[in-house]
Amino acid sequence: MDLFEHQGKELFAAAGIPVLPSRVVFTEEEAERAAAELGYPLAVKAQVLTGGRGKAGGVRVVTRPQELGEAVSAILRLIIKDKPVHSVLLEQGASVMRELYLAVTLDRHAKAPLLIFSARGGVDIELVAKQDPAALLRLPLDAVSPDCGGPRDAVVAAAALGDTQLDEQLGDLVDRLWTLYRERDASLVEVNPLAVVRDPARLVALDAKVTIDDNALYRQPDLAAQRPDEDARERAAREAGVTYLTLDGDVGVLGNGAGLVMSTLDMIGAAGGAAADFCDVGGGARAERIAAALDIITSDDRVRALLVNIFGGITRGDEVARGVLAWLETTGVDLPLVVRLDGNNAAEGLQLIAAAGIDGLSVTLSAQEAVESVVAAAKTGSRA
Amino acid sequence: MSILVDKSSRVLVQGMTGREGTFHTERMLAAGTSVVAGVTPGKGGQSACGLPVFDTVGEAVQATGADVSVIFVPARFAKAAVVQAAEGGVRVAVLITEGIPVRDMSEAVAELKLDDGRVAERPFVLIGPNCPGIVTPDGCNAGIMAASLFRPGRVGIVSRSGTLTYEIAMGLTRAGLGQSTCVGMGGDPIHGLGFRECLELFEADTQTEAVVLVGEIGGDDEERAAGFAAEHLTKPLVAYIAGFTAPPGKRMGHAGAIISGSSGTAAAKAAALEAAGIPVARRPDETPVLVAEALAAI
Repeated sequence: MDLFEHQGKELFAAAGIPVLPSRVVFTEEEAERAAAELGYPLAVKAQVLTGGRGKAGGVRVVTRPQELGEAVSAILRLIIKDKPVHSVLLEQGASVMRELYLAVTLDRHAKAPLLIFSARGGVDIELVAKQDPAALLRLPLDAVSPDCGGPRDAVVAAAALGDTQLDEQLGDLVDRLWTLYRERDASLVEVNPLAVVRDPARLVALDAKVTIDDNALYRQPDLAAQRPDEDARERAAREAGVTYLTLDGDVGVLGNGAGLVMSTLDMIGAAGGAAADFCDVGGGARAERIAAALDIITSDDRVRALLVNIFGGITRGDEVARGVLAWLETTGVDLPLVVRLDGNNAAEGLQLIAAAGIDGLSVTLSAQEAVESVVAAAKTGSRA
Repeated sequence: MSILVDKSSRVLVQGMTGREGTFHTERMLAAGTSVVAGVTPGKGGQSACGLPVFDTVGEAVQATGADVSVIFVPARFAKAAVVQAAEGGVRVAVLITEGIPVRDMSEAVAELKLDDGRVAERPFVLIGPNCPGIVTPDGCNAGIMAASLFRPGRVGIVSRSGTLTYEIAMGLTRAGLGQSTCVGMGGDPIHGLGFRECLELFEADTQTEAVVLVGEIGGDDEERAAGFAAEHLTKPLVAYIAGFTAPPGKRMGHAGAIISGSSGTAAAKAAALEAAGIPVARRPDETPVLVAEALAAI
């Protein structure tokens, strides 16, 4: 689960990592009240769960109250990489002398956490990593140790801040970031830039990118309660125990197993179609879960034809067939529907569906045949 | 022969007395697997599925000679269960449990000093977590795969996906190509044996004459496997990768890109494999055709 900058900064503040005073607001009126408390100059920052907001015009500096309303309303109208901006963070201004980069994340190779530091932080950090790999420190951390002494000292030395107090502050900040990563089950905590600001000279986290491990939310109940808004269909799916993602096409897809569903999407693409969704009902799915998934998929108006692709291991083909038939009968949905069954009890399932003799419902053992016929149906078919 | 498990394997099940544990133990037994014991802390001395239950893996190993553990415990107890399996003396632990926090797995790896799923000082390998297990057809079903879909033969399969493994094994079976062993390595960011380690095992296995690698988007296990195969694998390898049309995931922050330097896309994986001379099927049903061609060319 990705956190918004303002949620990340609340975690930072609670962990003793210095941040500037700020307020998150949803309207111009709220912005005016918050700005009066914070004072000027102010940074106005789009709250959106994606990178590249600066380049998309999602960050502005406002020096006078007269400029605030326009800046806030312009940012609230932005859509950054398909994500509409619903809130902005107003943050007190500061004069930045240097920008550093500091992060802890999971190194999948080493199967351990990794501390990353660069004295050349800022928006071009990936370029720095490519052009001058030596400008980045990569320091493995011991997953079972709360102490990160060695890596901390290496970061302080590499930063060469030239000021004992700043050195101490940086060391302390590294400790606190590692503690936050461990205790809050993060898979990423990134501070970019970690800024040295003046009057008085000190370090502050100007941005916060925090990702929490979904599997650990059961032991982070306060964070689980902050889950940012999802699409209504995605929320319904989570509640039904189904993985569902909205995509751009018009072929509704349901399958069992993430790999099989991805493979189905690829085959649809290769056949000249495009899937409207990724929907994985998981292993051993029974009739109710399949019906719930079909409800979610067909609540999307763009869907012009449906493909159910089930390879039964534990899942039984006859049970899938009964589930699909019962769903059609109760909902009366009138869309071309192709069912592909293979594996456990597939023959029985295929027979049940064929025997039902429903118009617009076809069955096959071959995934390729199923994909070709659903793509053709989506091109010619229309919703009743 | 085969890899990791065979007819002589003696399997214990951690979490056998739970609902999932009982269900799958009965399926493993029905597939002819020698399941010999269950382990549930606090239930030692009872029996389940007609088998004795012990409090610890160590006791079960001592009493029954079990050498493989299949683990079904709930996610929050999984770390302790893996550590107990490794220290209790089994040779192979198959961690089926899904939803284990990454922190728990990285702590287990650090505590056990697991290096790519193996421990230096004794024979122990971890498969999973969040995996469907290992099937050696007509020998041993250590996990949750449907044994009836597999046939004994000479093709090894290693896969990150469950149902795609079925799809491809079934396609091979229909083409008259049975399987030596099928390993579902699981899809979690921290996992035990990976593609590279499984390729090493298949290379050393006399029954296996060709290998199928089933990959998907994310991480760079496939790229690493391609590098290994180019240098060390003498047997033909065929790959299938899922996720060519997956939308690019939004990425938070820069750290991921800084570490891997790999895009993790299906296209990048296929390119790395093809550059190493490994044919990549574009559809699951092309895989058996490519395997048959590779075997015919030997």
